[in-house]
Amino acid sequence: MFKRLKAGFESLKAGLTRTHNAIMGSVESTLTGVSREVLLERLEESLISSDVGVRTSAEIVDRLRSVLAGWDNEKLKQHLKSYIYDILKVVEKPLEINKSPFVIMVLGVNGVGKTTTIGKLASRYSSEGKSVVLAAGDTFRAAAIEQLEGWGRRAGCPVIKQAHGGDPGAVAFDAMKAAVARRADVVILDTAGRLHTKVNLMEELKKVKKVVSREVPDAPHENLLVLDASTGQNALNQAKLFNEAVGVTGIALTKLDGTAKGGIIVAIAGELKIPIRFIGVGEGIDDLRDFDASDFVEALI
Amino acid sequence: MLESLSEKFRKILRDVRGQGTLSESNIQEALKEVRLALLEADVNFTVVKDFISSVREKAMGKDVLESLTPGQQFTKVVHDELTNLLGGEDAGLELKGRPAAIMLVGLQGSGKTTTTAKLALHLKKRGRNPYIVPADLFRLAAVLQLKKLASEVKIDCFDSEGMQNPPDICREALRVAGIKGYDIILVDTAGRLHIDSGLMDELKTLKDILRPSEILFVADSMTGQDAVNTAKGFDDVVGITGVVLTKFDGDARGGAALSMRVTTGKPIKFIGTGEKVDCIEVFHPSRLAGRILDMGDILTLVEKAQSTFDEKQAQELQQKIKKDTFTLEDFKNQLQQIKKLGSIESILSMIPGFSAMKQAKDVKIDEKELSRVEAIINSMTMEERTNPSILNASRRQRIARGSGTKVSDVNKLINQYQDMRKMMKKLKKAGPRGLKGLFQNRM
Repeated sequence: MFKRLKAGFESLKAGLTRTHNAIMGSVESTLTGVSREVLLERLEESLISSDVGVRTSAEIVDRLRSVLAGWDNEKLKQHLKSYIYDILKVVEKPLEINKSPFVIMVLGVNGVGKTTTIGKLASRYSSEGKSVVLAAGDTFRAAAIEQLEGWGRRAGCPVIKQAHGGDPGAVAFDAMKAAVARRADVVILDTAGRLHTKVNLMEELKKVKKVVSREVPDAPHENLLVLDASTGQNALNQAKLFNEAVGVTGIALTKLDGTAKGGIIVAIAGELKIPIRFIGVGEGIDDLRDFDASDFVEALI
Repeated sequence: MLESLSEKFRKILRDVRGQGTLSESNIQEALKEVRLALLEADVNFTVVKDFISSVREKAMGKDVLESLTPGQQFTKVVHDELTNLLGGEDAGLELKGRPAAIMLVGLQGSGKTTTTAKLALHLKKRGRNPYIVPADLFRLAAVLQLKKLASEVKIDCFDSEGMQNPPDICREALRVAGIKGYDIILVDTAGRLHIDSGLMDELKTLKDILRPSEILFVADSMTGQDAVNTAKGFDDVVGITGVVLTKFDGDARGGAALSMRVTTGKPIKFIGTGEKVDCIEVFHPSRLAGRILDMGDILTLVEKAQSTFDEKQAQELQQKIKKDTFTLEDFKNQLQQIKKLGSIESILSMIPGFSAMKQAKDVKIDEKELSRVEAIINSMTMEERTNPSILNASRRQRIARGSGTKVSDVNKLINQYQDMRKMMKKLKKAGPRGLKGLFQNRM
């Protein structure tokens, strides 16, 4: 168990190495012979180029400016770490499965990795001994249903589906009925990727949610928004608009194993304060981990 | 699309225009805002720096400061530099050899598979004979997805059933394409990270086999600061020939478009503008710069209309208007043609000033309105469609029930139709000269 945790931390750290270099590398390499202002300016630049965002970066640098008398490398690093940790700590809230059936509705724009995230979640919950039902609510994209079925086979859980092009509301209805009948512990509902600006598609999502809550009281218990770590400031808009439409209760940040800085998570945490549940650090089936603020900061800086 | 950025630019430029003359200090102020706008739009940090310094240099020049309309001059400088940044000229596909190969590469989830089908359809519409080759064996159901898309657009797709690796697929597909006489093959590859050297080597192998005339890097337009690194990473290993920007119909501010072009030096060739297979457009740098500055994009709209509207139908319609026999059935056909153009919102966004109007009046566009109108007309008998004057109360009630609308909706539609007929009559009477007067009254 401990070994596995350790391995997880290592892969997170490996995934974020480039980010680490981006933030501290440029600062450290130019530490000698520059004024404090130049140093802070460079730090601000590194934060912005890690997708932390203009506003959040300026805030962090302003705070550093106010406390930092000299320019001690170690102190600067410590302060920076603790500020980012403060921001991230607030949103470190792992998902608790505390109802039965516990319904998770998975949302996001196209191509962020919703179906893959569902596959990983399914195998995780199954291996914990929970009975999981998957619902193929993406009836729009070609072969999305088959993709989810593939994951269902791997995790050994049933997939509730209808034909391609069918009504996602009807799939949700069937899935809730099936989950109740089978006394499933967890239901994970896939939805078609949609750009947050498409009014009609967001309306469709509201409808699906309504169907779910009619069949299972207080469900969905989690509206999990999946965000791609390489997304820039647009991720904020995505989170805002999905939140306005159906209420986002948690975020999964995928594809952190690339060179993407993932700094957007700091911006989202700072501005929206939506709990960050999971981070995806690789393509393997157990590369989806609970978000841990201090690990993340350690890996980042 | 790109709305927030154009919004910001407009505000900045309005402020600058407000000053009768430009001074160094207010140019500095405006440039600061431009910098912020670009950074928030995810334009790469170093690209922004270069852009600002080149705009500053030009804006401080005599041409701007001493001109009578410094604000407009400043706008022009920003516009020109932006166009410059996006790469002045349109860049088409350069297809050599028979079959000419196009490889699509990129990160996971950028939209390669969808783009492969879209691009194939785009080429087919231009008289080519494309062949789709699915070589993404990694993602679950990726091959199936492409097969389904291919059959949707009626383009042949290579059957890779039972084949275990992408190089074999490419070799075999080339052979088959040669025999069957396809002139272009489009190869969809698995999504990969540019730092994954194993998978990048595989791309090199595929490149050696295919000898493609185009290697297109497919990138999500919502990508953040890292866009330049990934694009450069792929370019360094396989040498990309161009970029396709996907998901351009969202509210992404398009910073990736600006920066990738600058750092790789490779042109952006296409943009993906919707979920349907025909939602792909050739990228026009100057038009996009105009769109960022909210000068509209009438040219794209006209082109779209030309490719969608049926010439013969249009002539028939003209005749009908002349003879005053425009029926509800014709009205429905018109609506269907408009729908083919794309969503109303995407059409309107190409009209200059629209995004400002939308912000000011908080316009919500109801895409369902068209379908509702169609449903109402579909619930009428042919007789009612050609001769709406017979529509009495009970008929209207029946139509409302049949189309799932209210009688008031039916009434509204019929009133609109009558108004339209009146307009057409006026048009006919007034002739071409009267057209202007007519519209002035309406404005």
